[in-house]
Amino acid sequence: MSVAAIAFYCFALTTVAGGLFTVVSRNPVHSVLWLILSFLSSAGLFVLLGAEFIAMLLMIVYVGAVAVLFLFVVMMLDIDFAELKAEMAKYMPLALLIGVIILLQLAMAYGSWAYSDGFETRLAAPQGDMQNTAALGLLVYDKYIMLFQLAGLILLVAMIGAIVLTLRHRQNIKRQDVLAQLYRDPAKAMELKDIKPGQGL
Amino acid sequence: MIGIEHYLTVAAALFVIGIFGLFLNRKNIIILLMSIELILLSVNINFVAFSSFLNDLVGQVFTLFVLTVAAAEAAIGLAILVCFFRNRGTIDVEDVNVMKG
Repeated sequence: MSVAAIAFYCFALTTVAGGLFTVVSRNPVHSVLWLILSFLSSAGLFVLLGAEFIAMLLMIVYVGAVAVLFLFVVMMLDIDFAELKAEMAKYMPLALLIGVIILLQLAMAYGSWAYSDGFETRLAAPQGDMQNTAALGLLVYDKYIMLFQLAGLILLVAMIGAIVLTLRHRQNIKRQDVLAQLYRDPAKAMELKDIKPGQGL
Repeated sequence: MIGIEHYLTVAAALFVIGIFGLFLNRKNIIILLMSIELILLSVNINFVAFSSFLNDLVGQVFTLFVLTVAAAEAAIGLAILVCFFRNRGTIDVEDVNVMKG
């Protein structure tokens, strides 16, 4: 068995095991950590496939952003997870049944597919002998520039949406009121009184 | 030699685990979102495997966009979750019936 094969089996095993423990783990923090393991090892699979850029992107976007976001939310919300997990056994038979059915369907689909004749001539963007990242950059910034910009727009909308959803203005705290500061009139703010000696106001 | 079937098998296993998680954690919406991430990851593995074995880069370009949408979906989903938790004090999905839909 070659080194690549051994690496593939290691990464594949950790990917699947990470996914499995993500869904069955009792503690959601452990779930997120298993999810991170799954992402990391599938990044390894992508490197084995020669898709280095996607692998690095997976690490940066998924492990660096999405998983940390999950971790933040899990740790910030004060949730009684034991209560949520209590009914897990109730759904187990249904979940197993549907899992097995989908697995059988996928096995049927994978058992009987074949490449069509002459598919080599119909490739949309053959990689050639360029490096993966360079070839992908040429493709994304040229042929698929519209989709690339739309992806950026999706991220912008998601960012604004998340901010709008979670931002809240508390009522009973002191805030800086810029307009009130700007329109403050020194003449009205202070009054000078001339107090004569021995009299008072 | 590792062929495309091996990668497809891994992706299929991950996909089924994701679906399994969706049904297993009916109440905990955080794990539901994580299962959706697993499903999207398995789709990405399929895309990249075919892209690599057919020597066609468009699969990887599409993976890029799937990744983008998955990140946006996770952010929005978690924002909605935080909102819901603030209002109801729980994240039980079966309590989500305010709109009587």
